[in-house]
Amino acid sequence: MLSISNISKSYGAIKALDDISFEVASGEIFGLIGPDGAGKTSMFRILATLLLPDQGAAKIAGLDVVRDYKALRHRIGYMPGRFSLYQDLSVAENLEFFAAVFGTSIEANYQLIAPIYDQLKPFKDRRAGALSGGMKQKLALCCALIHKPDLLLLDEPGTGVDPVSRKEFWDMLRDLRDGGLTILVSTPYMDEAALCDRVALLQNGRIMAMDTPEKITAAFSRPIFAARSADMYRLIQDLRAMPGVADCYAFGEFAHAVLDDRSLKSSDLLQYLQECGHTEVQVKNAEANIEDCFIELMKKETTHG
Amino acid sequence: MDKVIVCENLSKHFGPFKAVDDISFEVKRGEIFGFLGANGAGKTTALKMLTGLIMPTSGRAEVAGFDVRQNPEAVKRRIGYMSQKFSLYEDLTVRENIRLFGGIYGLKRAVILEKTAALLSALELENAADQRVSALPLGWRQKLSFSVALLHEPQIVFLDEPTSGVDPLTRRRFWELIYATAEQGVTIMVTTHYMDEAEYCGRVSMMVDGRIAALDTPHLLKKQFDAADMDEVFRKIARPDDKQKTLKSGKK
Repeated sequence: MLSISNISKSYGAIKALDDISFEVASGEIFGLIGPDGAGKTSMFRILATLLLPDQGAAKIAGLDVVRDYKALRHRIGYMPGRFSLYQDLSVAENLEFFAAVFGTSIEANYQLIAPIYDQLKPFKDRRAGALSGGMKQKLALCCALIHKPDLLLLDEPGTGVDPVSRKEFWDMLRDLRDGGLTILVSTPYMDEAALCDRVALLQNGRIMAMDTPEKITAAFSRPIFAARSADMYRLIQDLRAMPGVADCYAFGEFAHAVLDDRSLKSSDLLQYLQECGHTEVQVKNAEANIEDCFIELMKKETTHG
Repeated sequence: MDKVIVCENLSKHFGPFKAVDDISFEVKRGEIFGFLGANGAGKTTALKMLTGLIMPTSGRAEVAGFDVRQNPEAVKRRIGYMSQKFSLYEDLTVRENIRLFGGIYGLKRAVILEKTAALLSALELENAADQRVSALPLGWRQKLSFSVALLHEPQIVFLDEPTSGVDPLTRRRFWELIYATAEQGVTIMVTTHYMDEAEYCGRVSMMVDGRIAALDTPHLLKKQFDAADMDEVFRKIARPDDKQKTLKSGKK
């Protein structure tokens, strides 16, 4: 469905995208995971035919993003990161407008948006600017879908949206995917990687890793222990100072200690922490999550370049 | 125990809409207090009242020893504020930003010079002092912005989604900075959409429809709501009706 080869884009001295290549299959949710400044928005703007790449090429459904931009615009649904609907039009007016611009009607494709739009119906006469964050996000999704695109481009749909509304939004995306739509979505929330079929971890315009989320976390090379005590701030400092521990960061109520020394056991960490004067100490084996992987890959990139 | 925020039956109505509806809580000196809630739950309105930017409809709040209604300016002088969206002037240099905010807070020139030197050395930014803020990596900008919010030695610092969009390493380093600051006795009021960060707070309040629906340590909240993590606590509080549905669609 989507094929990107060797795309680069610079703004002056800053390389926003540095030789990016990947492919997205039909009916797949592909996630671009990375922090602000990683290059996510530049990638979306190129695919939405709004920005020209310096190098490389991208094709969507066989159409080139530069040469065939006019035809392509009917095939993609683009939801930019910043809320970009008309704030002083109502919910229904916004939807009608986007349908009209694409030469279709709400009725023609209503089936596609029905499960989402039904939730907005009670507010259909409200101005879009007066909607809550979660509702705005749902309306923007409807407007991006109203011309029945083949590929949905969602640039950080979850930013600034609370965790519950984000979960609901992801449920909708998975339903759309199950209906056959292909979705490229970006997010700075790393835990959302687990909800994608495949992901690319993006940092400073480069892809650090690309695979299914399960395979990325399975490829984490070193053992991890999760530890907690009554004083987490000191626990992190103490574990960093422990011989054999490469790194230690907070992960929710536990801290993850990444080990260089594979012979260390959880009992060794327990004893060490107790000797440091910690109370209520708990240590257990842990699996790497996507953030562990991101941190490890980031550190590798820094040492190499 | 030192209380730096005392909030009693605080309400803010916009016409018939009760944005904040009768909330009461206290925050102690040096505490890291998480202020959570869904979009539109009333967090921002509550924070605006506590920072003296809007007047309550009813109830009272005392922040850093001053009443927000009677002495909003005294409150403002004793608090710091940082958000991800607006913090520093990007086309001023690091040094210029420190001087500007020092001046706004009414610090004397000699104090500003002294603070500038101390801050640049603490953040290891001596070599970047005359660079524009826009040229700094996000992580540095964020630390600088936090330090600038602390320039006038406030008793409380309000952090509004300070880590939104930041990489996982920088996010964790930032929280270590928060911990270190709280250890010095500065009170931290923080909002976040990252639920792992809710675990790093001493206590957490959850707002739903203008009210505080729950307030406790993360540990006790998890116990109270029979939840594995704060994410689940949040879901159970924010959407009690479709508990089953959201649980089913949760992780894996």
